[in-house]
Amino acid sequence: MKVPYSWLRAYCDPGLSPEEIGSTLSMHSIELERISHQGAPADDGFVVGKVLSAEQHPNADRLRVCEVDTGDGGRTIVCGAPNVAAGQTVAVALPGAVMPDGTKLGKAKLRGVESNGMILSERELEIGEDHDGILVLADGAAPGTPLSEVFAVAEPVIELEPTSNRVDCFGIYGVARELHAVTGAELAPAPWEGDAEATGEGKVEDYASVTVEVPELCPRFSARVFTDVTIAPSPPLLKARLRAAGMRPINNVVDITNYVMLLTAQPLHAFDLDKVPGGEIIVRTAREGEKMTTLDGVERTFDTDAVLVCDREGPTGVAGIMGGQVSEVSDTTTRVLLEVATWDGVNILRTSRKLGLRSDASNRFEKQLHPEMALRAQRVASKLMVELCGAKLVPGTIDVTGEIPEAHRIRLRGERVKKVLGIEIPAADRAEYLRRLEFEVTEDGDDLEAVVPFHRHYDVTREADLVEEVGRIHGYAKHLPSTLPKIVQGGGLTRDQRLRRRAEDALRDLGYDLIVSLSLVDPGFAERLRIPQDDPRSRLIGITNPLSGDHSVLRTTLLAGLLDAARYNLAHGAPRVALAESGRAYLREGTPSDGTLGGTFPGDRKPPAYEPWRLAALASGPMPGGWRGEDAEPDFYVLKGALEALAAQLGCAVEVEAASEPFLHPGRAARVLVGGEPAGWIGEVHPLVCREWGLEAASAFEVDIAPLIAASPIGAEQYEDVITYPAVHQDIAVVVGEEVEAAAVAQAIRDGGGKLLRSVELFDLYRGEQLGEGRKSLALRLEFRATDRTLTDDEVAAVRERIKESLEGIGGSLRG
Amino acid sequence: MLERIEKLRQEASAAIAGASDAAALEEIRVRYLGRKSELTGILRGIADLDPAERGPVGSGANAARKELEAALDALAAELEAAELERELAEGAIDVTLPGAPQLPAAAQNLLIRTQREIEDVFAGLGFRVLEGPEVELDYYNFTALNHPPGHPARMEQDTFYVDPATLAPDVKIDGLAPGPEDVVLRTHTSPMQVRSMEVQEPPIMIVVPGRCYRSDPFDATHSPVFHQIEGLAVGEDITLADLKGTLDAFARAIFGPERETRFRPGFFPFTEPSTEVDVSCFRCGGSGVLPDGTRDPLCKGVGWIEILGSGMVDPNVFGFVREHGYDPDKVQGFAFGMGIERIAMLKHAIPDLRKFFENDVRVVRQFR
Repeated sequence: MKVPYSWLRAYCDPGLSPEEIGSTLSMHSIELERISHQGAPADDGFVVGKVLSAEQHPNADRLRVCEVDTGDGGRTIVCGAPNVAAGQTVAVALPGAVMPDGTKLGKAKLRGVESNGMILSERELEIGEDHDGILVLADGAAPGTPLSEVFAVAEPVIELEPTSNRVDCFGIYGVARELHAVTGAELAPAPWEGDAEATGEGKVEDYASVTVEVPELCPRFSARVFTDVTIAPSPPLLKARLRAAGMRPINNVVDITNYVMLLTAQPLHAFDLDKVPGGEIIVRTAREGEKMTTLDGVERTFDTDAVLVCDREGPTGVAGIMGGQVSEVSDTTTRVLLEVATWDGVNILRTSRKLGLRSDASNRFEKQLHPEMALRAQRVASKLMVELCGAKLVPGTIDVTGEIPEAHRIRLRGERVKKVLGIEIPAADRAEYLRRLEFEVTEDGDDLEAVVPFHRHYDVTREADLVEEVGRIHGYAKHLPSTLPKIVQGGGLTRDQRLRRRAEDALRDLGYDLIVSLSLVDPGFAERLRIPQDDPRSRLIGITNPLSGDHSVLRTTLLAGLLDAARYNLAHGAPRVALAESGRAYLREGTPSDGTLGGTFPGDRKPPAYEPWRLAALASGPMPGGWRGEDAEPDFYVLKGALEALAAQLGCAVEVEAASEPFLHPGRAARVLVGGEPAGWIGEVHPLVCREWGLEAASAFEVDIAPLIAASPIGAEQYEDVITYPAVHQDIAVVVGEEVEAAAVAQAIRDGGGKLLRSVELFDLYRGEQLGEGRKSLALRLEFRATDRTLTDDEVAAVRERIKESLEGIGGSLRG
Repeated sequence: MLERIEKLRQEASAAIAGASDAAALEEIRVRYLGRKSELTGILRGIADLDPAERGPVGSGANAARKELEAALDALAAELEAAELERELAEGAIDVTLPGAPQLPAAAQNLLIRTQREIEDVFAGLGFRVLEGPEVELDYYNFTALNHPPGHPARMEQDTFYVDPATLAPDVKIDGLAPGPEDVVLRTHTSPMQVRSMEVQEPPIMIVVPGRCYRSDPFDATHSPVFHQIEGLAVGEDITLADLKGTLDAFARAIFGPERETRFRPGFFPFTEPSTEVDVSCFRCGGSGVLPDGTRDPLCKGVGWIEILGSGMVDPNVFGFVREHGYDPDKVQGFAFGMGIERIAMLKHAIPDLRKFFENDVRVVRQFR
């Protein structure tokens, strides 16, 4: 909302600079966006002049040599405008004046005649487009009068950002009212006081009729008729104000509608009555697919929610958004029908969104205006129509309206203000602030009763709203104390959250950089990962109104984001990447486990999707061997080592079993198990997937964090005596068939070892001729320990014998 | 005999003094102290001597033997030490070569770190940390936050709507299949206000970090995916002044001990009064001017930087959790929400929000 400084001060002038007004409003009322500037940098050097004579230039056909009275006697000004004539009152820039475009005016010799100033056109003043001739002012202002007394030459513009609940502040008078409330400076009477005298013939019903078929969407439709309208440019004051407020002057009638809207926040629309067949206006919803060309020259198609203002022959305007071309006011217009209506804000917003068409009018209507505002704007506009267009107002106002909502009466308890804000505001101040905001206030001891003014009807409806009004005008910045809530409740992170941090830290400390990738992704990721369509990870949750296809579905795996980041970094010169992400996947279906990280969230209503928290890591590019070793591709076992270290940091163990994933190397892929239950995958990324991302090779894993945390003993550990009865260690070598997995060997050892066997750790793998074709030897370190005695050699030998028997069950034998 | 012993002793001592390696020493040991050596023979033959000679010869020979043994041991130790010295000297390495390679030290990601810092500040003030779903019901994202259908503020949020056809077939909302605007990607972390009040009676103090989504195209300060942290404190006597105190403590913990906050009026449908909160600029100290006299670009010369939106929970919001113990006439409290990226950008001079999602490790590793 652009608020020209001089226009605002016409209604409330606290004697503050534009910057001070901006910051004062920011602290109490509406946020300041910026201060901008319209017109010349300063008023200096711009004066009213009177053309005493205009003679032909001796040496130039198209120039006139004028004698101009600028209050300090006559001066000679050479002027090129065809319309300059003796007797005119004109705008003059004296030498030294700085023009809006920044040039400083000096004395100039034009074809041998010295010109001592410049007679200005509208365009030079930046108040209009007209450059063909000079701006001729109305008579009255004495020569030498500063031009700024006629209209703003140099205009600071206070650009405010009213919030959507403050439609009143989309009008200059509303902003002036706020300024008055905040500063106490006097507020000028409202512009809608008084009305134009109706001097037209007959009565309004003789000229026009209005039928509202949808009263719920059009709470009020008022119309007035003006005859004898003379279309002309608006006077400079109006043009300057419109310009500074960001609107283009067009002609006096259109300018009046814009001007009144800018002043009151109530939009208006002028019809050329002679282009409304029969003067009949019908307000109805559109028929499906109905079309109309709006004022901007675009043909629009409507659905049945859109409200149209129609004449007998069809639509002539889109209610509350934009008029149509058929009934546009033009230079030949002599009779005007002025519509000032109230529309249903929700409907206007919906229609404007659907059409992709926003206007100054829709921006105000969508915030819901009170029907009372319509008649106020009629009065302001009528006065201007008579004054500026020489129009005659036809007696009467067509006013199709339902029940006007009654003003709210709200009680404000004194203690409530203190209780909510924690600020003591004296009762008299509370009443005063509300009165300045045009509430009708009746004091009742420490309490008061307030009647809400129409312009705040939809915003202030409860005691809490009055508390805000009183509090903000009083001022938070100056008066709000700083105290802390007196609530006793254990705060902090849950165990799950603490362990998640630990897991993230573990990944980082293992050398994996944590990334944060976008969860809204391109739906093509699933196909690029070779995930079949019937896989749950291909059943993507999509949005209906994406910004672009690149961000239109939620990810179902963290892998694609890691691959993207790997590609990015490798392409930007990184020799290798080791990356990890801690975040959610988003699936249509799944069984949440306990806790937020398992996808179970607080609240009575079940969330519509399944959002488990995942940990994922990926490495690509040679892992460093340095100056004394060989670089090595990060293969399956590198990632498995990281996964095991991560699990170990959480105090739990992971197991894997060979299992394929569409995006993994078929022979180097595994399912990750925690406590025997599937919790994710690990493997070398499929060469075709690597190729898709432009990578040579990569390995990765992705696991649900909830089962890891559920399996973690952290926090619940109990002391165990491992010192009194020390462990016995034995290394064994087991020869088995090539097809037997290490996990099966370890399991057979555990089965045979019973509870005295405390750990099994594989430390070597050997293949050689003496073992025979298709055989391999695993070297394992076993730890035996009892909690209540030192184990004897005989005991250990007996266990070892049972282990041997157990291994025979899988075709294994102890070697040596 | 005694002279012979003395002679042997002198001979042996000289030989020891001249020995230069372990082999020579061993040879000397065998020659003078071995089983077949003369000195050993003398000691062995003592019994055959004249009784008067036995004493002096025995002690003389023993003394010589001990002396020689000691000299041999001393020299052996000396030679061994010299040998080790030599070996160590040969084993010297170029200590200036690089260390054995590890994966380079990785970094946490500034976004995660900042989120943790903020969580910890509020945890220290007594807030619990909760998390909520991102695919959310319109009910929690809007309706229960006092955004009635058609409310302009609802439209202002630039909501992403979830296509109901892409949800599980058994998802029902009030018993019905979801409509086109019933499920959203949450536009803020505020839906957890109502979710948390449904499961915890007052008093309650929580913060909610997490991802949010809005259909804002990417630019230097916007991303369709971003992070927020929500705060909610509700009890019988929680005031706007308590919000101020809480945010002052936050501002000081994150931006430095001298910081303070400033409240301005704002508008959010789910708070009343609503307040925008600025923090005094930590670069210029609030003056708007840098030490060199130029205008501070961070706060644009204002001395204050907007960091979050907040306010007192609107009574209408309590209306949605009345049966959970939140009678709007009896309880009151505050709520706030801030962008985590914005806090990190301000604090660490990050010029563009997109940097957080680019995942360039050269950037990631600038923040440990």
